[in-house]
Amino acid sequence: MDMKVAAKKLGLKERYAAMTRGLDWETTYQPMDTVYPYDKFEGIKIHDWDKWEDPFRLTMDAYWKYQAEKERKLYAILDAFNQNNGHLGVTDARYINALKLFLTAVTPLEYMAHRGFAHVGRQLRGAGARVACQMQALDELRHAQTQIHSLSNYNKHYNGFHDWRHMHDRIWYLSVPKSFFDDAVTAGPFEYMVAIGFSFEYVLTNLLFVPFISGAAYNGDMGAMAFGFSAQSDEARHMTLGLEMIKFMLEQDPANLPIVQGWIDKWTWRGVRMLTIVGMMMDYMLPKRVMSWKEAWEIYFEESGGALFKDLARYGITIPKCVAQATIEKEHITHQAWTTFYQYGAAAAFNTWIPEKEELDWLSEKYPNTFDKYYRPRLEYLGEQAKQGKRFYSTTLPMLCQCCQIPMFFTEPDDPTKICYRESDHNGEKYHFCSDHCKEIFDHEPEKYVQAWMPVHQIYQGNCFKPDVDPTAEGFDPLAAVLDWYNIQFGRDNLDFEGSEDQKNFDTWRQTAKSNG
Amino acid sequence: MHIDLRTVSIKPLRQTFDNVAARLGTNKPASRYQEGTLDLQADVNFHYRPLWDSAHEIFDASRTAIKMRDWYSFKDPRQFYYGTYTLARARMQEKVEGDFELVEERGLLENYPAAAKKLALEVMLPLRHVEWGANMNNASICAYGYGTAITQPCIFQAMDHLGMAQYLTRIGLLLADETELEAAKTAWLQDAKWQELRRYVEDTLVVKDWFELFIAQNLVLDGLLYPFIYEQLDQVLAAQAGPVMSMLTRFQSEWFTETRKWVDASVKTAASESPENQAILSQWTLSYRDRALTALTPLVNYALGENAPAVLDALLEEFNMRATKAGLKL
Ligand SMILES: [Fe+2]
Ligand SMILES: [Fe+2]
Repeated sequence: MDMKVAAKKLGLKERYAAMTRGLDWETTYQPMDTVYPYDKFEGIKIHDWDKWEDPFRLTMDAYWKYQAEKERKLYAILDAFNQNNGHLGVTDARYINALKLFLTAVTPLEYMAHRGFAHVGRQLRGAGARVACQMQALDELRHAQTQIHSLSNYNKHYNGFHDWRHMHDRIWYLSVPKSFFDDAVTAGPFEYMVAIGFSFEYVLTNLLFVPFISGAAYNGDMGAMAFGFSAQSDEARHMTLGLEMIKFMLEQDPANLPIVQGWIDKWTWRGVRMLTIVGMMMDYMLPKRVMSWKEAWEIYFEESGGALFKDLARYGITIPKCVAQATIEKEHITHQAWTTFYQYGAAAAFNTWIPEKEELDWLSEKYPNTFDKYYRPRLEYLGEQAKQGKRFYSTTLPMLCQCCQIPMFFTEPDDPTKICYRESDHNGEKYHFCSDHCKEIFDHEPEKYVQAWMPVHQIYQGNCFKPDVDPTAEGFDPLAAVLDWYNIQFGRDNLDFEGSEDQKNFDTWRQTAKSNG
Repeated sequence: MHIDLRTVSIKPLRQTFDNVAARLGTNKPASRYQEGTLDLQADVNFHYRPLWDSAHEIFDASRTAIKMRDWYSFKDPRQFYYGTYTLARARMQEKVEGDFELVEERGLLENYPAAAKKLALEVMLPLRHVEWGANMNNASICAYGYGTAITQPCIFQAMDHLGMAQYLTRIGLLLADETELEAAKTAWLQDAKWQELRRYVEDTLVVKDWFELFIAQNLVLDGLLYPFIYEQLDQVLAAQAGPVMSMLTRFQSEWFTETRKWVDASVKTAASESPENQAILSQWTLSYRDRALTALTPLVNYALGENAPAVLDALLEEFNMRATKAGLKL
């Protein structure tokens, strides 16, 4: 009898194994390679999935319990925030534009992560890894939906939110995040795990979420802060999964190292390029600033990332080459991006503006090596023009990088006065890139990147007008027709913040609140 | 200065997002289920084709033979999005947790009759693997299906099956120990009475058409297996050994009552879309129904003995009625 009692007490690890990988079996009526058809073509060699260390041990009953508790709290905060017109408590209405960018650029990626992890959670041959991925698939659905629900009330009162899904699949700058995630899910399951599970969730996630959540907190947005914080406890699980996946691949076979290193290099650069938009938000769109992009890069990449790569060195992993260029560019890219968005402010689904004097001073202080020298005069000139009633809007179409799809505004790493252009030939066609690293990614898989849905090419090919539009009609205005197809409501979603409907409404509503108070 | 934001009465510019308004009609407020579900999945302008399936786009309606004019015709009668789903499951698990605690504290399984224990272990423990297959299949439907309205409930379904596999595992550990889990796995892999069911499950793991998989798993296999185990076998065990096992499997029986409504609603929506859909769905249902019956027969025979033929007839009849009500022609 005693023996039996002793045998009953499984250790936590064994108990969790019985609850997960113990459910799995080697199929015989169907060959294993047919049941798991996608986990070999990338060349990753796995000899023993039993060596997989579960990154966390959460059975479904515990998952439901904890997550429901979090949901209850989050929605209580949201309801209170909405009922109390919390949106009128934010620093100023310019802040809300950061949320528009978030909903149109990031939320659809959360959804893609949901489907991507469902795919990988079905396809990886190791049951322990599958369970962890499926749980992340469920979490990512949560992230998409809590973001939509948090921002739903903003949509009722402000422009630019109203058709985020439609816009994500069409607008020129939103093809940057869209192509990023499309790239990841169309890769094999192991590359997806390096792209999203490791590079994005582990190496870069703090650069995305910390500025955003602290930005929300600093600017009085309890709603956005609440979903951000709530998501972070999920992120902790996701980060351990990403790291375990890397270590597991590297421990399984030495031949995996060069493949994994190539993916880390590629996805660090893809991620860094995409985060340009986040950096721009931090430096320009938050009325009350948390820290500069440069500082965030130094803390979250150079310090924490540096420590991580030191830890991975024992597997032979080296810090991605592109980090050298990103480190030089930390002093430039946000200014280059905002100046570009400002000039293309007629074709963006949020308002743009020139920072106020104290804000320019803050940028001068945070970017002592570059801001006054290269960027401040330009912004001051544009601001001056706007004051004289000559707000500049570019009506030309920019050239985009075939890889990251960002307009060509990045400069040569060694010469901030010269735009960086690179090109490659493939099957007699020329393709253009913003950098050596984007070119390298293309050159490695040209058949993939030639397929990209390039927003500007698509406009030239006439694919970005509503079906009933006649481009040969007299007085045809292509830009207006494209904006119509984007469902950007001219004069409401776009143009300068100064004089915008959001600005006026926010001021009126706040005034009413003050006189009531 | 004190500002009281609550006192401001503001006329909103709009009630909901454009895509939702286009479906509901303007100026109607939308529910969180609607805003968190409708059109959530990308449907155009994909950048690259999957390296693992270059014949299709990332999301591609042609991955199934079923055709819908609008993939958002599917509606979950439970209106589950992540929040409502986890709240519903947390409530269920709380009750079950209480039951498990009671059974453990009071030692209610200690005097569980040997014959009933043997029956429960032999018939219920290998079902852990059936649940696992169901988990995989629903992960598949979620990954390769089209439109959030039908893919979203499938990730819930996948995780539910994982949860139920874990409840079954706990029953095994409570009733015996991990050697019984091993024995059940061996039975699953080798014992003749499990082989047709294992073949059925493994065959579904390689089905490429995700709607066919939905039928094979969620309508047919669950539809025959759950009434067998959690109604018929449950009654037998209760008669022999009291209601303890009903307490420990309460999640599964409540779950089946709840989820079948969603499964039926989904089948009905697809079947009523067109005679072509109806024909395809009916044909899938018929052929999987017959295979599932073949797969379950040895187990029903083993578990229910001389009552088996009558129970099999009853299961079949109930299933046919259900399928007919969902708009299928069997
Ligand atoms: Fe997420
Ligand atoms: Fe690029």
